[in-house]
Amino acid sequence: MEKLIEQFSLGLFFWQFILFVGLIFLLKKFAWKPILDAVNEREEGIKNALLSAENAKKEMQNLKSDNEKLLAEARAERDAMMKEAREIKEKMINDAKVEAQTQGEKMIEQAKAAIESEKNAAMADLKNQVSSLSLSIAEKILKDELSNKEAQTKIVEKMLDEVKLN
Amino acid sequence: MVFSKKPLHFIIATLIAFLPLINFANPNTDTTAVEKQTVEAEAHTTEHNSEEPKDLKTEIKEFISHHLLDSYDFHLYSYKDDSGTENHIGFPLPVILWDNGLQVFSSSKFHHGEHAAESNGNFYRLFHGKIYKVGSAEEQIKLNEHGHAENVKPFDFSLTKNVFMMLVVSIIMFLLFTNLAKSYAKNGGIAKGAGRFFEPIILYIRDDIAIPNIGKNYKKYMSYLLTIFFFVWFLNLFGLTPLGVNVTGNIAVTACLALLTYLITTFTAKKDYWGHIFWMPGVPVPMKIILAPIELLGTIIKPFSLMIRLYANIVAGHVVLMSIIGLMFIFKNWLGSSLSFVLAFALSLLEILVAALQAYIFTMLSALYFGAANEEHHHDDAHH
Repeated sequence: MEKLIEQFSLGLFFWQFILFVGLIFLLKKFAWKPILDAVNEREEGIKNALLSAENAKKEMQNLKSDNEKLLAEARAERDAMMKEAREIKEKMINDAKVEAQTQGEKMIEQAKAAIESEKNAAMADLKNQVSSLSLSIAEKILKDELSNKEAQTKIVEKMLDEVKLN
Repeated sequence: MVFSKKPLHFIIATLIAFLPLINFANPNTDTTAVEKQTVEAEAHTTEHNSEEPKDLKTEIKEFISHHLLDSYDFHLYSYKDDSGTENHIGFPLPVILWDNGLQVFSSSKFHHGEHAAESNGNFYRLFHGKIYKVGSAEEQIKLNEHGHAENVKPFDFSLTKNVFMMLVVSIIMFLLFTNLAKSYAKNGGIAKGAGRFFEPIILYIRDDIAIPNIGKNYKKYMSYLLTIFFFVWFLNLFGLTPLGVNVTGNIAVTACLALLTYLITTFTAKKDYWGHIFWMPGVPVPMKIILAPIELLGTIIKPFSLMIRLYANIVAGHVVLMSIIGLMFIFKNWLGSSLSFVLAFALSLLEILVAALQAYIFTMLSALYFGAANEEHHHDDAHH
């Protein structure tokens, strides 16, 4: 112990104190602070990068499932649309058929009616024509016949024959 | 050839097994050793040849104790030239004394302790690595019956070898770590260059020493912990180089470091820390009164143990290592010297481990004390 105390050098202690305290402050300003800050920053960066990678992965998964969902929805919608279209088509065809049928029937009916009325008119006209014609013919014949006695008798005879035959 | 058909290992083993026999059979080794001994005996100007081994031992002892002490010049090695004069290789460092005004002169004036140095009419002499004031250039140091010097010691603020080494280490640390800090900015947050090796150590100190021991307030202690770790570690490592410095094995240096830890602990301590010391919670009142002085003493013993631990470990390492190296010169034979070489080599490796370990322990315990000063917990009834 005595030797230790004798060995103790105040000058060395003094210089050591000054040097060491100076070194602490110098290194703190120029080395430790920037080093620790840089390391911290890097660690934060790594942490953030890992986190964002994880998030990106999750997002990707979400997107993928979303996509699938969308795709399935689209497919279902397409199927529904096609089904509907088919139904509409069939309905339209049916409707058209029915319409056409009724229309045709109606037209036929109308035509028939028209034909009937035309026919009736024509018949009436014909009747008129025939009656007038036959009248004129009869008139002429009568004129002719009545002018000729012999012929008159002949006709009467002939007519009587005809009656006999009946 | 039958010989070559033997396995290679066997051949090598046989050769090595026979090697000592060949060497011991050679009488030349003995004669050279004897010659060396006589040469050194002559050089030592001691008359008794029989006392030679003991003289070598004391010389080694002196060398070791000299090495452990601080010195006023940076001495690398010395050798004797053909004429027998001793040459010292190294460079002098400035001596700064406070003795009726500032006295600054080069340590080369001491001529390695052979002469008294003169500065402004004052004369100083070196004795056991310390500077004493003497009356004149011829006057010798007065010794008392214990062999201690009785002369006046002036206040000594010299830039000694240890101060010089601390400066060197400080500059190395400053350059190294500012470079590391700059490399982060340049390389986008990734260390580059020599500092890269130290980044994991810095992180280790933060994550495994500071955070577990101090807790959430660790940030304000980081500068101190990092500086002290690298400072002690680098100085320990420099102590193992052939430069022959022993900075951390100096009580003044470790005392300063321990004092800083004590001061930081004391001045950053929270209420709970003082509460623990003066009024220990969870024990009866008489015990509280008994415990207070013990706890108060404990706060001083803790840094004191820090000081002694580092000092003793490094000094012990240096002494053992140098003694074993010294054994090589005492044995002066093939077997003993090579054995002590192997031992010295193994010990050097161990000392490298100790260098890091002691730095780690110093940092770890400092962090532990800071942690105790910063502790904030709620006592229910039991004390832990």
